[in-house]
Amino acid sequence: MGMKVHGSLISPASMRVLACLYEKGLDFQFVPVDLATAQHKNNSFLALNPYGQVPAFEDGDLKLFESRAINKYIARVYTDKGTPLISSDPKKTAVINVWLEVEAQKYEPPANKLTFELAIKPMMGMATDDAVVKKQEDVLGKVLDVYEARFAESKYLGGDCFSLADLHHLPTMMLLMGTRVKTVFESRPHVRAWCADIMARPAWKKVVDMKAA
Amino acid sequence: MGMKVHGAIISPSAMRVLACLYEKDLDFQFVPVDMATAQHKNKSFLALNPFGQVPAFEDGDLKLFESRAINKYIASAYSDKGTPLINRDPKKMAIIAVWAEVEAHKYEPPANKLTFELAIKPLMGMTTDDAVVKEQEDVLGKVLDVYEARLAESKYLGGDSFSLADLHHLPTMTLLMGTRAKAVFESRPHVRAWSADIMARPAWNKVLAMKAAAA
Repeated sequence: MGMKVHGSLISPASMRVLACLYEKGLDFQFVPVDLATAQHKNNSFLALNPYGQVPAFEDGDLKLFESRAINKYIARVYTDKGTPLISSDPKKTAVINVWLEVEAQKYEPPANKLTFELAIKPMMGMATDDAVVKKQEDVLGKVLDVYEARFAESKYLGGDCFSLADLHHLPTMMLLMGTRVKTVFESRPHVRAWCADIMARPAWKKVVDMKAA
Repeated sequence: MGMKVHGAIISPSAMRVLACLYEKDLDFQFVPVDMATAQHKNKSFLALNPFGQVPAFEDGDLKLFESRAINKYIASAYSDKGTPLINRDPKKMAIIAVWAEVEAHKYEPPANKLTFELAIKPLMGMTTDDAVVKEQEDVLGKVLDVYEARLAESKYLGGDSFSLADLHHLPTMTLLMGTRAKAVFESRPHVRAWSADIMARPAWNKVLAMKAAAA
């Protein structure tokens, strides 16, 4: 029966799951959900995600939502396929988990607000709120100051190897690198190098190609 | 050398970790951090948590921060002690992980804002912003509507057994139950019953006793 991702290629959260599946070299079916016609709010989608958001995920009879939880499942169950995205060592896993929380609790809120102001609003013909952009750039800058120090001692956020803790940043990072706030990333040398490294990964390029197609 | 939690007993995040340690019945040392004198911003604390927030955690030479990550470590490293808080079965664990994300991404933002307006601001002599309270009660209400449906088919959020997915709600839930926002929880029968059940757990009451003793 195989794995299915119900999502939209304009959704960063959907792209987060696709990135994980490509890193692991896994077969899956992408089931497009048309956000413009509110398909994500209809009864059959709500049975997959009661919050009515993309993505939703199926593996046989297992139904999951929340992209980070989906990715943790994929990384764990298919641990011997493709790129390792977590660790089998409990202490190394603990450190990866710290930076997974940092991405979700510290990086995501300002990155999400900036993505909305600078990448989504223009597409919808809405005006960017410059005051919000200025404020969220400052918030993101303080978060990335800690990343800058982290990278001085660690190649990737979770340790020596690329992991889910790095991967989860990719969708909003890519969107923001196409806007004026790319300077928040590029003005910090270690952060800039890490961004360039992870955005160049072949698995991520496959996600970008899906979006461009 | 043992485990250490560096925190402040008034911090919901610190309480989240203490709840986990008590559920697992583990020995640990609580190292108070005096936030009033900005001890959490000094160099030695920043070496434990570069974001300068409580709690920070040590187990031997392992140093961790972010309460939810600390709890995941404790739950898996000490999985055979005390209450099981995660699950070895990958599919059951996946469901727990879904609801742990829901707590962190859907429940926490409005719960945090309401806690600030209704529980923290009064303590600091600041005025509650009623417009923010109204708005965030609505946001929290929509989140809890989904919980209501979930808890109609599942005893706990992650499945049949209590897990980290439920535990993580306890600190802000307890604070909000002491405010007018308790109506958001209590007007939903399954949510009300689940809240009462988890707040009655002996391990949680040990955390509350620590807090009362420090007051």
